[in-house]
Amino acid sequence: MAFFGIFGKEKKDRLDDGLQKTRENVFSRLSRAVVGKSKVDDEVLDELEEALISSDVGVETTLKIIERLEERVRRDKYIGTDELHNTLREEISLMLDEYKSEKLPDIENTKPYIILVVGVNGVGKTTTIGKLASRFKSVGKTVVLGAADTFRAAAVDQLKIWSQRAGVEIVEHGMGADPASVAYDTAIVAKSKNYDVAIIDTAGRLHNKVNLMNELSKIKRVIQKVIPDAPHEVLLILDASTGQNAFEQAKQFTAATDVNALALTKLDGTAKGGVVIGISDQFKVPVKYIGIGEKIDDLQVFNASEFVDSLFKNK
Amino acid sequence: MFEGLSDKLEGAFKRLKGQGRITEINISETVKEIRKALLNADVNYKIAKDFTDSVKEKAMGQDVLKAVSPGQMMTKIVHDELAELMGGVSQDINLKPNPSIILMSGLQGSGKTTFSAKLASFLKSKKGRQVLLVACDVYRPAAINQLKVLGEQIEIEVYSEEGNQDPVKISKNAVAHAKNYGINTVIIDTAGRLAVDQEMMDEISRIHKAVNPAETLFVVDAMTGQDAVNTAKAFNDILDFDGVVLTKLDGDTRGGAALSIKTIVNKPIKFVGIGEKIDAIDVFHPSRMADRILGMGDIVSLVEKAQEQYDEVEARKLQKKLAKNQFTFDDFLKQIQQVKKMGNVKDLMGMIPGMGKAMKDVEIDDDAFKGIEAIIHSMTPAERDDPSLMNGSRRKRIAAGSGSTIQDVNKLMKQFDDMRKMMKMISSGGGRNAMRNLKQARR
Repeated sequence: MAFFGIFGKEKKDRLDDGLQKTRENVFSRLSRAVVGKSKVDDEVLDELEEALISSDVGVETTLKIIERLEERVRRDKYIGTDELHNTLREEISLMLDEYKSEKLPDIENTKPYIILVVGVNGVGKTTTIGKLASRFKSVGKTVVLGAADTFRAAAVDQLKIWSQRAGVEIVEHGMGADPASVAYDTAIVAKSKNYDVAIIDTAGRLHNKVNLMNELSKIKRVIQKVIPDAPHEVLLILDASTGQNAFEQAKQFTAATDVNALALTKLDGTAKGGVVIGISDQFKVPVKYIGIGEKIDDLQVFNASEFVDSLFKNK
Repeated sequence: MFEGLSDKLEGAFKRLKGQGRITEINISETVKEIRKALLNADVNYKIAKDFTDSVKEKAMGQDVLKAVSPGQMMTKIVHDELAELMGGVSQDINLKPNPSIILMSGLQGSGKTTFSAKLASFLKSKKGRQVLLVACDVYRPAAINQLKVLGEQIEIEVYSEEGNQDPVKISKNAVAHAKNYGINTVIIDTAGRLAVDQEMMDEISRIHKAVNPAETLFVVDAMTGQDAVNTAKAFNDILDFDGVVLTKLDGDTRGGAALSIKTIVNKPIKFVGIGEKIDAIDVFHPSRMADRILGMGDIVSLVEKAQEQYDEVEARKLQKKLAKNQFTFDDFLKQIQQVKKMGNVKDLMGMIPGMGKAMKDVEIDDDAFKGIEAIIHSMTPAERDDPSLMNGSRRKRIAAGSGSTIQDVNKLMKQFDDMRKMMKMISSGGGRNAMRNLKQARR
């Protein structure tokens, strides 16, 4: 995939570190549950249910996994506890495999490639944009940022600092400006100066605020006046520590802006990497990035098989 | 805000409706539903299990009274348990020492900076405190600037040190500054940190030791999932904080985190953040919240809000006008503004018992009155004073001026007329008469 060319081979050990807590939470618990047991029984499944729910996999997806395992126990009459890991791994891989981020427009052949970044308050939109800008820049892409979060105090300043760090241009009209006009001008600048990538920041908004969601739709329409097939990527940022509300956020933001990529931030801080599984299963939008640390390199392109490998590493 | 949970519980209770008594058999399904609802609301797995076990035990123990249905019985049991779980009575913030130092802590993006400003404004306006905000987030780009901008908005001094990268020193200096200038309240905003980040956790522990705060608050996003308890526990182990702040409760999260945190760390939830505006802060009321969860409404909060915004002088003037039938469009406009001051209309409606559910799919936004206001603003002063002036061409002009249609204007005129009549009846003949007249009119 072209994208991996841009981001290079992700450092696998960083991923392992970032997912350490999730791994410990789910799998050490599971290991304890099966100690002294040779077959999967109700008690083991109960323990598994707790482990999955505690990792924010979500009730629906957890029940689905448990049911599939029960089905298998019934069919095969017997599953040894040693097989449980492999079975579970298969099920989870299957769920993650169904939705891959291949459907996104090709960044190499789309110029300018416009990314609109959306999400609720405090999930890390601006920080993610800063990291993205640096990484695009480091592989020789030209980047412009659009400071369309004109609401939160000092949000524009925050993005400005990121633009200076990355050494990229920023379009800003200060605080209180009309976010749609900032987005419009960013698209104009990206087009006229022939930039490779434009990343537009928006103010955090709770997905149940109708007016604010309408504003997002408007921002999108306005961008389309400049570039009809833009934004090529509507990136919804989700905080990995968010619980079941993440599903509602994904739903509402998609309704307003046709989200076609997800980024999951702060994955290193929680033992709840499971939310990736739940989101992939319940919500048909691919996870594109995961944030597993504070450094610029810690924003990684999500790779389902590596993720599962890392989760199941040395039990 | 907890509609999701109350819906689910209601569904669970429905299974019990029509049943004569609670038995092991008919309750097991309900208990399962309650547990699922709690898990879906992000209540911690263990706590949800303990909770439903205890509900089940209580329900089984009490043989059903003939007078109440099992559903009502279960509602009461669940409600009492919920209120208990969230911590009995509401707890105030400790402002005894001088200066009272309040230290904020929490994860990235939980809303510490915004909440610091809200709390400062709250303490200034409601408790008459002089407040100093201290910007100790030296890491996130523009975090200090964010606090400064907010401080300017609420006219509260913000202490910061350009170029100083040591939050421990900054906070110490800030306290000294407060003592020098006789400022009695110091709110220290800190950088967001993950509980797993040893270095950063050490740092906040050092700040804590250096300033010895009267009140250490743990700020947590109400949308947090199962990890809420772990994070809360990690911060509590290090800081032994005094209270919890639950932010972003104006979202549609079911807020199960609120239920879990209290149980795990045994610290009260003291404040909630309920919106983006600076005054969108409220004291946490456990029993009211339990009512809300069960869809019983929150009438106490509603009354308090109304009282806060109620202007007695204005009201008396209005009364006089009504008696003389001089209620004008200008008064109407004032009334609308009064209502708007109370906050988001949907939030208000949600506080009325039974309305929460009915309002669930109805979209009332802050702009609900905009059309009406536009029409009134498009009238001349003479027209506002004397609605009888309104002829066809005036209505046409007003419709054009306010971007509405003549039908809209007519509708408003009719509403205004009805309202005036009704008010006249109420103020002259007493409410009961008015109601009777109204009923007859409807027939």
